[in-house]
Amino acid sequence: MTMVALIIISIGVLFNIFGCIGLIRLPDVYNRLQAATKCVTLGCCSILLGVFIHFGFTDAGVKGLIAIPLLFFSATVAAHALIRGTYHFGVKMSEKSVKDDYKSASK
Amino acid sequence: MNTWLEILLYVQIALSGVCLYRIIRGPTIPDRMVAIDIFGILVVGVCAIISILTGKKFIIDIGIAWIILSFIGTITLAKYLSGKKLNE
Repeated sequence: MTMVALIIISIGVLFNIFGCIGLIRLPDVYNRLQAATKCVTLGCCSILLGVFIHFGFTDAGVKGLIAIPLLFFSATVAAHALIRGTYHFGVKMSEKSVKDDYKSASK
Repeated sequence: MNTWLEILLYVQIALSGVCLYRIIRGPTIPDRMVAIDIFGILVVGVCAIISILTGKKFIIDIGIAWIILSFIGTITLAKYLSGKKLNE
């Protein structure tokens, strides 16, 4: 049982590494936010699932289990609000971007 | 088993340091806010791994509180960025 938890936590840390590479390497703020939020949210949910498998149905394990939907919804909603505020703030896209659907939809 | 978990803990703390690099070097203000948001999510993972490693169960509670505080902070910063008051 502990070995399964260790493997799931390792997968979560691997996703976190991918997200932070995206946070460093990608060209503008929109690409950075979409890469980092997706990968890091999935990675930390996986780590919390590993906590649940390690502790079982005790108090700490159930707390880890109910932290998963809390983290999932709050991180995605916060990222959406943040990127919308960024667009209204007036940050330009990168030159390699080919399409801006939000601009034509909001007119 | 504990050795591999310690290595994972150090990797996670190093990823938080990567977010600090983006906070310092970000070209615009929203870059820094994105990095602060990601930093808040990564600290939850650090709390979970420390809780397994030391066996102290109250550190999960610190992680849950950190999720909520990071959510409120990011929503406030997003409202500030879009130029609105906090009650609309």
